[in-house]
Amino acid sequence: MNLALHDVEYRLGRFILTAVGLGLLLTTVMAMNGIYAGMVEDALSIVRAPKVDLWVVQKDTNGPFAESSRIPEDLYRNILTVSGVSEASPVAYQLLQIEHKEKILRLQVIGYRLGGLGGPPAIAAGRPILKNRYEMVVDRKAGVSLGTQFTLGRITLEVVGLTEGVVSNSGDSAAFITLEDAQELQFLKSNEAIRNDRVRLQSDLAENPQLAGVSAENLSSLLQSSHIANVILVRLESWANAEEVAQNIARWTHYNVLTTQQQEDFLAKNVIERARQQILLFRIILLIVAAVIIALIIYTMTLEKTRDIATLKIIGAPNSKIVGLILQQSLILGFLGFVFGTIIISLTYEYFPRRLVLRVSDQIMVFGIVIGICIAASGIGIHKALSIDATTAMAA
Amino acid sequence: MQQVSAQNLIKIFGEGDTEVVALKDASLEVEAGEVVALMGPSGSGKTTLLRAISLIDPPTSGKIEIAGEMIFEGNKVLIDDRLLRRKRMGIIFQSYNLIPFLTVVQNVALVLTLNGVSNRESLKRARELLERLDLGHRADIYPATLSGGEQQRVAVARAVVNDPVVILADEPTAALDSERGKAVMDLLRQLGHEKKAAVIVVTHDERMVSGFDRIYHLADGILEIEHLKNK
Repeated sequence: MNLALHDVEYRLGRFILTAVGLGLLLTTVMAMNGIYAGMVEDALSIVRAPKVDLWVVQKDTNGPFAESSRIPEDLYRNILTVSGVSEASPVAYQLLQIEHKEKILRLQVIGYRLGGLGGPPAIAAGRPILKNRYEMVVDRKAGVSLGTQFTLGRITLEVVGLTEGVVSNSGDSAAFITLEDAQELQFLKSNEAIRNDRVRLQSDLAENPQLAGVSAENLSSLLQSSHIANVILVRLESWANAEEVAQNIARWTHYNVLTTQQQEDFLAKNVIERARQQILLFRIILLIVAAVIIALIIYTMTLEKTRDIATLKIIGAPNSKIVGLILQQSLILGFLGFVFGTIIISLTYEYFPRRLVLRVSDQIMVFGIVIGICIAASGIGIHKALSIDATTAMAA
Repeated sequence: MQQVSAQNLIKIFGEGDTEVVALKDASLEVEAGEVVALMGPSGSGKTTLLRAISLIDPPTSGKIEIAGEMIFEGNKVLIDDRLLRRKRMGIIFQSYNLIPFLTVVQNVALVLTLNGVSNRESLKRARELLERLDLGHRADIYPATLSGGEQQRVAVARAVVNDPVVILADEPTAALDSERGKAVMDLLRQLGHEKKAAVIVVTHDERMVSGFDRIYHLADGILEIEHLKNK
């Protein structure tokens, strides 16, 4: 005769409500796991999307997602001559914040050469960019529909296609545009800035007697070059060794070369490390809170059964029966709480502002921890139950 | 045959200035099938004696034999007290003490399952006993919906279902009116005689004295009078 199950059946409504409450608490733990996994996947998705082997960036920098990197666009021609390189393309990355439908929309803009590396991985709706200017493919998460036009700086871009699942490490949707558009957005100065630069240059020229006759207007056009990229993406021949090719490129071009694995490691370990630690701390706190709550629930349930446990002792029930009653109820509570938590997070994860990635391995880990907590938490109830004086049952 | 033999039981609570002697050389013997009453005013030590005999709260010193087996001698418990109560004793409480989350039949069957009888067999035997006690129609409901008299009859069924050699009842009629109290006492006497169990009933209810084979009077821890009523 299983006393725990009979007790649960007797107080089913209250037990279910308690389990739902615990489930909600576990939902937050699962959400934290999902946010962390989502954060890692988001961070890596933008690195993985172009499916390249090497990232050539400005010397002494760690790539476009960590710090500013400026390199000449035509560097890719030199890189193409390196043995083992199959393809190389300049790409510009820029984070933009624009107003759309009275809301602030943050986009991770990726400028790429048409037909080159770094373009959208797959088109979920609409079409890819076909014209060299003024077209955009944006991730569906941005909530932008096909045909939407954005005016950015001096140019107006029209959304012609949508992708899925390409976001930046901060969860912002990726927006693909041509390299020319990206360069104009990122590197071309406004007319006011050009005029100011020209005045400043004219003043500098006037101070130098040897250059006094040179016109700032003529010189400034030479200084306005926007043929700059943030990174050169490199895809290798199947037989090439990434480490060796990276060393060769670095030696010959004097730029920094990262493998995709290094770029992923850097993003996962450095860029989101603080967020990871923060979330880990939250998860630990939530699990401690869950442990305390389970312990309190089990302790309260044990207190409610003080007289019943005393009666069991008097009619000769062994301690194993009493321990089983407390432990099994604790495990049933934890199991139901986990099931409710899983159901709730499964039904709600799509509505979170950040992407949640629910991994089976994380769920198994949470389940294991919950069971461990239940066993530990029931210890307090068991201690109480075993210390109940049997004579309590004989009180009138 | 003597089912219960308690000799020179002394029970002392506390020590020094707070020392209270609850039992003073109390001796008692009850034979198989005999139903005895343990009477006395509140605080006289009746329940203490019952707890001592059942080893729920063993005496400070003395000697106790159950069905010929020594279970307490000097100041030592010689047996697993829970095993003793599970196998050989049936205990009835003033407040019935049925387990609220078990149905009536499960409450009765619980004692059998604790003794290793299968769940199915326990429920079968419990149901048969309840039928005999006119409680068959109440077998599958929870105790909270029963009247006090019915609850106490279920408690009696729970106490006797395992054919114990000793039945100890602590004020079993105190919470019942006289009619229901008498019905419970009649049932207890009938089952005690039938199962050849030694029945010790703690009571201070003078209305219930008729029908006991013997009456022990306890005052200030001293078992003063042994009054043979039916002999």
